[in-house]
Amino acid sequence: MRPADAPPPMLSARGLVSRRGAPEGSAPLDFDVHAGQLLHVQGANGSGKTSLLRMLAGLLRPLDGAVIGWGGDIRRDPAAHFARTAYLGHGNGLSGDLTALENLRCALHVAGTPHGDDAIAACLQTWRLGGCLHTPAARLSQGQGRRLALAGVVLGAKPLWLLDEPDAGLDAASLDQLGEALAAHLAAGGAAVVASHRGPATPAKHTQTLNMDDYADAGNVVSVGAA
Amino acid sequence: MHNPSTFDAPRPAAARSSWMRYASPALFYPLAGRMIPFFAAGAALLAAAGLYTGLVVAPIDSQQGEVYRILFIHVAAAWMSMFLYLVMAGYAALGLIFNTRLSFMMMRALAPTGALFTFLTLWTGALWGKPTWGTWWVWDARLTSELILLFLYLGFMALQAATDDTQRADRGGAILLLAGVVNVPIIYFSVQWWSTLHQGASINLTAAPSMARIMVTAMLLMVAAFWLYSAAVALARVRGIILEREPGAVQAGGEMAAGQTGPRGARTEAK
Amino acid sequence: MLATLSQLALREVRLAWRRPADTLGATLFFIVTGSLFPLAVGPDPVLLLAIGPGVLWVCALLGILLSLNRPFAQDYDNGALEQLLVSPHPLPMLVGVKLGAHWFSTCVPLILASPVLALQFGLPPHAIGILVLSLLLGTPTLALVGGLGAALTLGLRGGALLPLLVLPLYVPVLIFGAGAVSATYAGLGAGPQLSLLGAGLCLAILLCPWGASAALRVALD
Repeated sequence: MRPADAPPPMLSARGLVSRRGAPEGSAPLDFDVHAGQLLHVQGANGSGKTSLLRMLAGLLRPLDGAVIGWGGDIRRDPAAHFARTAYLGHGNGLSGDLTALENLRCALHVAGTPHGDDAIAACLQTWRLGGCLHTPAARLSQGQGRRLALAGVVLGAKPLWLLDEPDAGLDAASLDQLGEALAAHLAAGGAAVVASHRGPATPAKHTQTLNMDDYADAGNVVSVGAA
Repeated sequence: MHNPSTFDAPRPAAARSSWMRYASPALFYPLAGRMIPFFAAGAALLAAAGLYTGLVVAPIDSQQGEVYRILFIHVAAAWMSMFLYLVMAGYAALGLIFNTRLSFMMMRALAPTGALFTFLTLWTGALWGKPTWGTWWVWDARLTSELILLFLYLGFMALQAATDDTQRADRGGAILLLAGVVNVPIIYFSVQWWSTLHQGASINLTAAPSMARIMVTAMLLMVAAFWLYSAAVALARVRGIILEREPGAVQAGGEMAAGQTGPRGARTEAK
Repeated sequence: MLATLSQLALREVRLAWRRPADTLGATLFFIVTGSLFPLAVGPDPVLLLAIGPGVLWVCALLGILLSLNRPFAQDYDNGALEQLLVSPHPLPMLVGVKLGAHWFSTCVPLILASPVLALQFGLPPHAIGILVLSLLLGTPTLALVGGLGAALTLGLRGGALLPLLVLPLYVPVLIFGAGAVSATYAGLGAGPQLSLLGAGLCLAILLCPWGASAALRVALD
């Protein structure tokens, strides 16, 4: 139970219903994500994880309900919501013909968090991509591409991260690195919503779990609690 | 447990003032059903009157002979083709701004009728042009822009047919309609702006008509007939669309119209 | 924001530079089809002079039509388009820059090639100048309106849908563009047509990026 004078949640969903899936929609979703918390979204394939993340990012219009950010409904001020949210979808957002450096440079600018080439190179080093700085993205492996995209999210350092299956195609070392990055992000006061089939490897007290399979059954309202 | 949020999405008022509640497809469905027979009957009567006046009562034109009589259909169809496009664009704007489902449904319902009138305009125009100008077609500003209007209608309908996602079809089609709306003033004013073969406007809002009064009457009767026909057909079509998209609402709407008030029935329907 | 726009423009131009076959597709199509007409209708110089402006404009238009998918299709596939949609910068500006860079990389080579092709039709130098000017004013409108059409049809099946949507809006540009060149034959100035092309361009610059970004949000919904 949170004390009454706790700061407002970084992200809330109120009665969120997705247009995708069953024609009646799934059951309405309600949850809060506070600073320093991670919401782990799991569920079978097709249960609506991606739709949920896209609604939280502001890409998908919900059938009903609202997504509440810091300043209120995100539909009222989308630019402010985008400024503090980093979204990583299934695609890495990388153009095959551009090098890793060029991709990241432009992506960070577009995301509103420009960084110099040195900072980008240093970050890629930590993600073991230092040698790929000038490699066209088309020649990176799937795991390398995913790491590149994650490096961009980490470098952007936005308060709220929405990651859709960030661990897809990552090797063990990279998975550890992802866990560390998430832990560091949470420790710094950020929040994250991660859709994944496996646990995010962050400490349990910071993690809530949302199982989308419960919501696929229309009529059941399930509350979200600590894992 | 979480604190009750102060940001709860406001629930729509259960009972809206009089006619505004018909913006709900569930309630509009039976209303449309009641209106269709009147519009259809009115259209038939006015068409009969207009055709009688135009074909039998109106005198022979001094220059064109009997051929001019096709104008009674041609002019009315031309007006309707432009007017329906403007109405569709209006519904598109309403739907995009206010997010009302019924606006998009009406927009879709009007499209085939608008396309039909545009085609009728071009075809009757060609039938008239052959004896009078000596050619089936000429590439002047008005005819060309009317042809463009036909393609705008067809493009809109093709876009609707290209996707099953109704939200995408509706909103994308709405954007397309609004992009093409600039064509309608071009059609209307083309005879003033360019020296064209097509004759200028004979019926204005401000000046006295340059045709005999009986001809004007016949033309206006046909316009009214086409107008009511379009309304009847569009309402019938929109009922089909409502049935297709929101079958639960149709059932619930019947109950609501019968006097029960309550929350929208769609989600509590057991399927 | 200016830095972001210039980075985005640089990215687009770099991508176009690294895929020369794609980028020059419109220009090559223009040259090839434009050259087919004299072969098909015969070498009669009077006839070629008469049909020249129209044929050149139609070939340019069709070439641009073929390349309309370029700004959005690849980015849609790899997820970069989504990142544009969640950018804090205004989407119409980003889309405007993309379409502008697309015009620059696709249409400028075409405009540069047009005098060469015009000579094949025997156009006099003054007419060639007007042709280049009309293309300069008209092709950005085609690129912008085409971008709107491409955004509306993103990911949809049916290759004929995009031309069907876009052609009604292309026709006025075509008429005035070709008309501008034809007007110089009769000794009339091309001023009116060029002014109308300019007006159309202003309208397109104002409305198309905005409409295209709305269409993109709908397409990625």
